Amino acid sequence: MHQFTWLIPVLPLLGFILIGVLNKRLPVNLSGGIASAAVLLSFLLSLAVFREVQLHTAVPERIVLFEWITAGDLQIDFSFLIDRLSSIMLLVVTGVGTLIHIYSIGYMKHEPDHARFFSYLNLFIFFMLLLVMGSNYIVMFAGWEGVGLCSYLLIGFWFKNTEYNNAAKKAFIMNRIGDLGFLLGVFLIFLTFGSVSFKEVFEGARSFSSNDPAITAICILLFIGAMGKSAQIPLYTWLPDAMAGPTPVSALIHAATMVTAGIYMVVRSNVLYSLSPYASEIVAIIGLATAFFAATIGLKQNDIKKVLAYSTVSQLGYMFVALGVGAYDTALFHVITHAFFKALLFLGAGSVIHAMSGEQDIRRMGGLKPSLPVTHFTFLIGTLAIAGLPPFAGFFSKDEILAVTHGHSLTMFAILSVTSVMTAVYMFRLYWLVFYGDFRGTEHQKSHVHESPSSMTIPLIVLAALSTLGGFIGMPEIFHAPHVLKEFLAPVIWKSPEHTASHSFEYMLIGVSLVALLVIMYLTWTTYVKRKVLPEEEEAIPSGLPRLLSNKYYVDEIYNTLITRPLDRLSAFANKYIETGVIDHLVNSTGKSLSGFSGVLRYVQTGNIGGYIFSMVIGILLILVLTLIV
Amino acid sequence: MNSILNHVPIEYYLGLAAILFTIGVLGVLFRRNAIIIFMCIELMLNAVNLLLTAFSTLHGDAGGQVMVFFIMAVAAAEVAVGLAILVMIYNNVRTVDINVMNKLKW
Repeated sequence: MHQFTWLIPVLPLLGFILIGVLNKRLPVNLSGGIASAAVLLSFLLSLAVFREVQLHTAVPERIVLFEWITAGDLQIDFSFLIDRLSSIMLLVVTGVGTLIHIYSIGYMKHEPDHARFFSYLNLFIFFMLLLVMGSNYIVMFAGWEGVGLCSYLLIGFWFKNTEYNNAAKKAFIMNRIGDLGFLLGVFLIFLTFGSVSFKEVFEGARSFSSNDPAITAICILLFIGAMGKSAQIPLYTWLPDAMAGPTPVSALIHAATMVTAGIYMVVRSNVLYSLSPYASEIVAIIGLATAFFAATIGLKQNDIKKVLAYSTVSQLGYMFVALGVGAYDTALFHVITHAFFKALLFLGAGSVIHAMSGEQDIRRMGGLKPSLPVTHFTFLIGTLAIAGLPPFAGFFSKDEILAVTHGHSLTMFAILSVTSVMTAVYMFRLYWLVFYGDFRGTEHQKSHVHESPSSMTIPLIVLAALSTLGGFIGMPEIFHAPHVLKEFLAPVIWKSPEHTASHSFEYMLIGVSLVALLVIMYLTWTTYVKRKVLPEEEEAIPSGLPRLLSNKYYVDEIYNTLITRPLDRLSAFANKYIETGVIDHLVNSTGKSLSGFSGVLRYVQTGNIGGYIFSMVIGILLILVLTLIV
Repeated sequence: MNSILNHVPIEYYLGLAAILFTIGVLGVLFRRNAIIIFMCIELMLNAVNLLLTAFSTLHGDAGGQVMVFFIMAVAAAEVAVGLAILVMIYNNVRTVDINVMNKLKW
C-alpha cells in the first residue's frame, strides 16, 4: 500500500495542472468533476493508508521521495511521515475537502471563472497534504507557505473588487508575520539539534531538561507561526476579513483545514512543548484570550459569515487552550469535530446566501425554515454541535477541553465556560434570526428563495451525519466506552497529563451544560422569535459596550494607527526624500553628466576620413615614442 | 640560407622597408582618392612583409615567413571586400574622393 502513498498529494496537484491548463475550455461540471475526483481518489487512498496504520504499523513510516537539499551538514529529504497523527489528519483534509469540492460544483455554477476556482482548490489540497504529510519541518514549511498562497488567491478570487483584494493582502501579510516566527523557529531547531527531521529532533529533545531556554525559544517562535496561520491574538484580524472569498473557501480553508494547521503543528511538536511549561502556559493564555474576545465580538456581528468567522477564531482559541494545558489529543479531537460542524455551518450559510441571492446580513433574512428544509435541518445540527448539546460531536470535544482545563487552572476553566455560553448565545441568535420570524428581505429576494441543488445538499447531509456521530470517537470516561481517539493517538503523544476530572465533576459538567444550553435556547428564542428583537442598524447601536463589540474592539483601527499609518508615513517620507531626493538624483545626475560629456566629445567625429587617419597615425607614433622612451 | 644576406646586408632591407612604409603612410595621409589610399595600405603591409622575411632569414626561423603568408591571405581578403565597397560607393555617388564621404558623423 505504501508505494502508492505519494499519490495522495500528487493527485490534487495533477488536478490543479489539468484544470489550470485547460481552464475556460472546461464546462463547470467537468472542471468541478475533475477537481472532486482528484480529491476523492486521495481520500480513498488516505482511507487505505489509515487502515494500514491502524492495523499494522505502530512504528511511523517514513517515505523518502528524493533528496531535496544537501548543503554541508544540512541534509533534507523530500519525505513523508505516515503515522497515526498524519493519517488521521489526511482523512479529515481529504474527506472534508471532497465534500466541499462537490458542494462547490453547485455553488459556483453561475461563476464564469469556475476553472480557476477549482484549480486553486486542488492546489490548496495539495499544499495542505504536504503540510500534514511532511516528515520534517522544511517540507511542512513548504506546505505551510503554499496553503497561505492559496488562501490569498482564493480570498481575492473576485479580484475586481478592491475591498476583497485588500482582505487577501491582509491575510497574506498577517500570515507572513507569523511565518517569519515559524522560520526562525526552524532555524533555531537546526542550530540546537543539527537536524530538521521530526524523528531526530524529537529524539534529541528527550535529553533536554524541562524549561531549557533553547526549547522554550523554539516553542514560542513556532507558536508565533501558529498564531498567524490559526488566527490567534494578536494576528487574528485577517480571518474575519478572509470571508471575502467564496463561501466554500471559507468552509474549507478558513474553518476546517488550513487554520487548524497551527494546532496540527503544535501537536506534531508535542515533545518540544511538553518540555517547556513556560511556552505551554503562553499558548494556553493566548488561546484563552482569543477564545473569549472572539466570542464577545461574535455576539454583535450581523453578517452571517462574520459570526461564523469569529466563532472559528474562538474555537481555535479553545484548541490552543487544550494544547497549552498539554492535552494534545483533546485538541486534535476538537480539530476533527470542529472541521465537521464548522464546515457544515459554513456550507449551510453558503446555501442560505445562495438562496438569498447573495444577501449576507442576517437582519435582511428571517423565516427561511419552510423554503430551505434541508439547509435548515443540517444548520440546526451544526448549531447544536457547536453549542455543545449532547450527543452531538461538539459536546464531547468541548466537554473534554473544559475537563482538562479544570484540572489545570480554575480561572481558565471559568473563562472558558463563559465563552462556551457565549458561543451558544451567538449561534442560536444566528439560527433564530435566519430561519424563524418574518422574512425581512426585498420582494425580489423573496420570490427567488429556493432550496439548493442536490450537489450542495448532499454534502450538507453527510457533514450533518458526521457532526452528529463524530463525537463518539472520544467518549468521556463515565460512559465506560473506550476513548478511541486517545488510544489511537497514544503512540504519537509523548506525555499526556493525567485525566484529573472526577466522575462526579463529569456528571456535573454534562448536567450544567445541558441545562445552560436549554436556558440559552429558550432565552434567545423569546428574544429573537417571540419578541422579534432585531439587531440595531449600524447608526442606532448604543455607545458603550455594544458599540465596542460591534466595532470589534476597534482592533483594526488600533493596528491601523499604531502600525499601518506610521509605516505609510515612513514610506511616504522615504518616497519623497530618499527616493526622489537621493536615489533618483544620483542616478539622473550620473546619466546627465555622461551625456553632457559626450555632447562635447561627439564633435570630434567629423566624418572627415582624412582626419581620422591623421589622428590614427599620430596615435601610433605616440605609442611608438612612448614604448621607445620607457 | 644566409648567403643572400652576405650579398645584401640586413640594413638595406631595413632601409627599404622603412622607405616603403613611409611612402605608404604619407600616401594614406595626403591622397584623397580611395583607391590610391587602398594601394598605400597594401604598400605598408608589404613593407612589413619584407621585414618579416628578412629577419626570418637572419634568424633562420621559418615562423616569420609563415606569418607573411597569413598577412598575404588577409590582405587578399581585405582587397576583395574593400574593392567591392568602393565599387558600391562609386555606383552610388559617382566618386571615390574620401572628402566627399563625410556623411557619417554626429
